[in-house]
Amino acid sequence: MRLAALWGWVWRSAAAVPPLGWLIGAFCAAVLELLIGYELAIMLYLPKVPPLFGATLLFQNPLLFPATLLFDLLVYILPVCAVAFGTQRLTDRAAAFLEHRPTWLAALMHLVLMYAILHVWTEASAYRLQVSKLVMIAVMLTLSLNVINGYMGEFSCSHPGFMALGAYAASVFTLVLFTQDRLFGPALLPAALGPFCYPLALFIGGMTAALGALVVAIPSFRTRGDYLAIISLAFMFIVKSAIENIEPVGGPRGMGGQPNWSTLPVVFTAMALCIWIINNFVRSTLGKALNAVRDNETAADAMTINTRRTKMVAFMFGAFWAGVAGGLYAHEVRHVTPGGFGIQMLAEQLAMVYFGGLNSVVGSVVGAVSISMVSEVLKPLGLYKWLVIPLILILVMIFRPTGLIAFRDFDIKRILAPRKAALKRRE
Amino acid sequence: MSLLRVTDMTHFFGGLRAVYRYNLTLAPGEIRGLIGPNGAGKTTIFNLITGIHTPSRGTVALEGRNIVGLRPHEIATRGLGRTFQNMLLWRHMTVLEHVRMAHYAQLQYGLFGAFFGSPRRYAEEERVEANSLRLLRIFDVERYARQIVTSLPYGAQRRVEMARAMATRPKVLFLDEPTAGMTPEELTQMIGIIRKIHQEFQVAILLIEHRLKFVMELCQRIQTLVFGEVIAEGTPEEIKNNPEVIEAYLGKEEVA
Repeated sequence: MRLAALWGWVWRSAAAVPPLGWLIGAFCAAVLELLIGYELAIMLYLPKVPPLFGATLLFQNPLLFPATLLFDLLVYILPVCAVAFGTQRLTDRAAAFLEHRPTWLAALMHLVLMYAILHVWTEASAYRLQVSKLVMIAVMLTLSLNVINGYMGEFSCSHPGFMALGAYAASVFTLVLFTQDRLFGPALLPAALGPFCYPLALFIGGMTAALGALVVAIPSFRTRGDYLAIISLAFMFIVKSAIENIEPVGGPRGMGGQPNWSTLPVVFTAMALCIWIINNFVRSTLGKALNAVRDNETAADAMTINTRRTKMVAFMFGAFWAGVAGGLYAHEVRHVTPGGFGIQMLAEQLAMVYFGGLNSVVGSVVGAVSISMVSEVLKPLGLYKWLVIPLILILVMIFRPTGLIAFRDFDIKRILAPRKAALKRRE
Repeated sequence: MSLLRVTDMTHFFGGLRAVYRYNLTLAPGEIRGLIGPNGAGKTTIFNLITGIHTPSRGTVALEGRNIVGLRPHEIATRGLGRTFQNMLLWRHMTVLEHVRMAHYAQLQYGLFGAFFGSPRRYAEEERVEANSLRLLRIFDVERYARQIVTSLPYGAQRRVEMARAMATRPKVLFLDEPTAGMTPEELTQMIGIIRKIHQEFQVAILLIEHRLKFVMELCQRIQTLVFGEVIAEGTPEEIKNNPEVIEAYLGKEEVA
């Protein structure tokens, strides 16, 4: 009872600070860590600045865990709270000011701030940078899979296949045009042009995946449920085996040497675009048609909804973003093999979707971030990781059958609204 | 000119003759009843006309244009709205979302607008919302607008389904047992609602019903269906006194 009251108090006071305040707080914490992180770590007998809030140390060196907790408290929690609550009045006034300006301006400001935080925070180590990028790619994958599995309610298992198509298409594009490659020979265009054409490469990757999605979308007109799951699973294996047998793209050995164009700003921008567009789509009546098709197709048809078009759009749209994420992934890890886009990746992605919450943009972000983190934390356990993650999933399914945060998308206006007015309105 | 004309519609499910030589001419603004015992093929007739099944033989014309072979959503877009016997509602959607959804074919923005949130999309969504709220008010379910539809009382769910059907701007409305499972009070209320939509929207209505009182009160003409064939057609008075109808419903009088 006391605990619930305490929790309520924490929650209410946290809600009284607009997101701008939290972002500024996080930025200060990131700067603080950059400045004194190393010295503080040495003082606390830590070998280095703990890369992911010390979570990775949990299994690597449990004895250091208390020290990392203290580190987190001193570097992150206290400064963030101090700045957030200290500037509360100021940030709330800023939010009130921004409320009467165009929404995109406020949204852009927050995004820039978010990027700045990530940028400063990932300065610390290459490991942190790579994990951040992979998490953002995972967010895109989870969200796009949620469009098909959550919003449209088809159990599609072909996402790694779409991702592979995107990864290979984008890689072939950049390798042929911009690099001296052992598979494709000399570059056709000067390498300096490359980064400018990279969005095009990603787009081509996305479109290839979207075309591939037709193979799953068209059977979905006639069949649903388990049968479609099997068809989509078959599609994933077809893509994998097909790539394994195409020698020009490296066959089973894979394809390497992609330029490292998936930099932090690129991945961040792609993720922000992905979230923005998908969030826009699922909030429109056109996007809600996916829910209508999921909940009752006959009724959807009788209410003038073009169900075939809706299914096709959902599959192609989801696959497009999987393809883009695949392209980003290929240029991040810089070596892709068809074997990597297999059942294990599928399991991971499905875990993210179902853990985070079905039919939910917020849930997808939460699911992707938390499962990626858990996955990093459990890395020292090796294969046993795959005992723990499914166990978590089973527990979630028992206690929250639709996932942690189901049925919630971003209402940007409401998130950015000043808190004082919001609180008053609630009263 | 007739609004909806069905001629010699016949349908087989495998070897089963579900509907045989069904004819219907529906004039604008008419309310027509379709009665018959369980399994007579009433709902099948609805499904055939609305395109869920394609009739084996026969023609269906809406405003003089053939609609056989069109997909259900195309037929619905041409002006044939319907409700379902077991209320096919979308269980995760709110009442307002239901009615908004039924504006699908009228939306004046495309995927681009949906993805990037064009100004036109927001204008359009606003228009749709206003119209949806107006419909909810007509059917007296406005107070449930933001609730998930499955949390509503039964009668209100029925009215939501009707509001949803009306949002597609039908010229002909098919009602499949609109009073199934209703109490007598709700039934009287439903008569009022159907009269109201009939006057307000000027639609022709074809309704399937089991409760004779309800049909007799509303319909100008009634068809009686037995084993897929129309055995009697006429005014409520004629139907009530038709010996074949009585036989179909109550059985033959046996002389001991």
